[in-house]
Amino acid sequence: MALYLTGDRVGMSFPLIRTLVDRLVGGLIVLCVSVAAIPVLVLLLFVLINGLPGMLTPGFFTDAPHPQGVPGGGVLNAIIGTLEIVGIGSLLAVPVGALIGIFLSEYGRNQVGNTVRFISDVFTGLPSIAFGIFGYTVVVLTTHHFSAVSASVALAVLMLPVILRATETALVLVPNSLREAGLALGAPRWRVTLEIVVPAALGGIVTGALLAMARAAGETAPLLFTAFGNDIIQTNPLQPMGALSLTIFRNALVPYPNLQQQAWAAALLLVILVAATNILARIYVRRIQR
Amino acid sequence: MITTATMQTEVAPPPLRDADVEIKLDARHVNFWYGDFQALHDASLAVQARKITALIGPSGCGKTTFLRIFNRMHDLTPGTRATGEVLLDSHNVLSPDTDVINLRRQVGMLFQRANPFPKSIYDNVAYGPHILGWSKAQIDQVVEESLKDTGLWEEVKDRLRRSALNLSGGQQQRLCLARALAVRPEVILMDEPASALDPIATLRIEELMQELKKRYTIVIVTHNMQQASRVSDFTAFMLMNQKRAGEVIEFSPTDDIFNRPKDSRTEDYITGRFG
Repeated sequence: MALYLTGDRVGMSFPLIRTLVDRLVGGLIVLCVSVAAIPVLVLLLFVLINGLPGMLTPGFFTDAPHPQGVPGGGVLNAIIGTLEIVGIGSLLAVPVGALIGIFLSEYGRNQVGNTVRFISDVFTGLPSIAFGIFGYTVVVLTTHHFSAVSASVALAVLMLPVILRATETALVLVPNSLREAGLALGAPRWRVTLEIVVPAALGGIVTGALLAMARAAGETAPLLFTAFGNDIIQTNPLQPMGALSLTIFRNALVPYPNLQQQAWAAALLLVILVAATNILARIYVRRIQR
Repeated sequence: MITTATMQTEVAPPPLRDADVEIKLDARHVNFWYGDFQALHDASLAVQARKITALIGPSGCGKTTFLRIFNRMHDLTPGTRATGEVLLDSHNVLSPDTDVINLRRQVGMLFQRANPFPKSIYDNVAYGPHILGWSKAQIDQVVEESLKDTGLWEEVKDRLRRSALNLSGGQQQRLCLARALAVRPEVILMDEPASALDPIATLRIEELMQELKKRYTIVIVTHNMQQASRVSDFTAFMLMNQKRAGEVIEFSPTDDIFNRPKDSRTEDYITGRFG
């Protein structure tokens, strides 16, 4: 029973209720988007305001932490640590994850594939500290030593499901007609997969890998009893190592204002690193798609 | 056993069985199933070398299915099964010991929608020869020849390294044809190659087919009866039977199919009374 405001123009009736409903739903959408976006923006602003002073402190990027009570000091140990731990973790996880993703998409329409998918989904849902326990049991206990490598192993396992599902999704989106075109030329299946399908999906695969790296860089729990933390600048992956997330965790719990400020600054740096990785991924995909 | 023997009498029309006629592709009593659903029933077709054979019929009559059996593309669909024989130079394509890779090199395919790889124009045409391990000089030569054969060379010779996706629809389809020609096949299967093209691009493809049939055997599936009558030498009319399985109703020289159809169903179809 729609109400119509019939104007002077013949045949140009104005559906009042439809216009109202349109306005109402449009407003609702704006409201929902705001509710979702505002906390994120507030959080970013908060981190920025609290972190910027610490970041601008001389020595923040160039010094190791000073002993407690000594003013100054930076987080260079943690920057190196985060890059190294995530770097080694990615070297472990990306090739394996991409290969499993290729298997799932191209050869995994069967029971084996479903089992792998199921296990991967279970892994995605595990609390991240469980991966820390994995790194601890597999590497730390066997080498009797906290080390960056044990953290990399823990993060690699954490990244694996993200990478393999992203790879599979990207490959499944490649139109079947491309596979058929390759096969119809007399190309073997594996060559079509590696030379046609994977390049066509490269953007999605790289994005998935970068997003997994960004997520791993922000993880704290898996590092607690693997990398352990280290206030000395350490580059040897077999030794305990600091990380930005560990700096935030530790410094946030101490009563010294200068260390708390450092925690805020480390948080800001981590946010910038993760955001930069995400933006990089997007730029890369856009360039590939052109 | 005796009954099956009598059933195996030739169904193909007599003119194609002359001794001096070269049969390139000979499908005999092909049955095909998608799972439990039978899509083809006792379909036979004798394709003459260096001629154009058209498959026509209403949607769902199994034309494309039939075509894809000729180079075993149906292997890609899980749960499919084919019986009968498809002889390519007297070797049964459907037998398990067929080298499918080699078969597909001999029997190339052009698809309904142009499907160039997201690579450069050059790399698209070079992909087949590259797979075969030809030398750089050979590949360069075959790329140029194939592009010339499809009338693309003059249009793209200055931008061979540019992405194939920037070409127009008609150019893309001709590029796909060039790509198929580059591995020097003997037979080219075309699955409604012009259905997504405008009339001018369609005309280009049809002209090319006339050129190509001097060297290649062509089988084309088309929805377009005018196209079949324009381009083909032989036409097979297919139709679903009561159980929805496709059958070859009539197979004759194109002129006979369109002017003197023997089967009333063929006549009904070509005069537009159904389908």
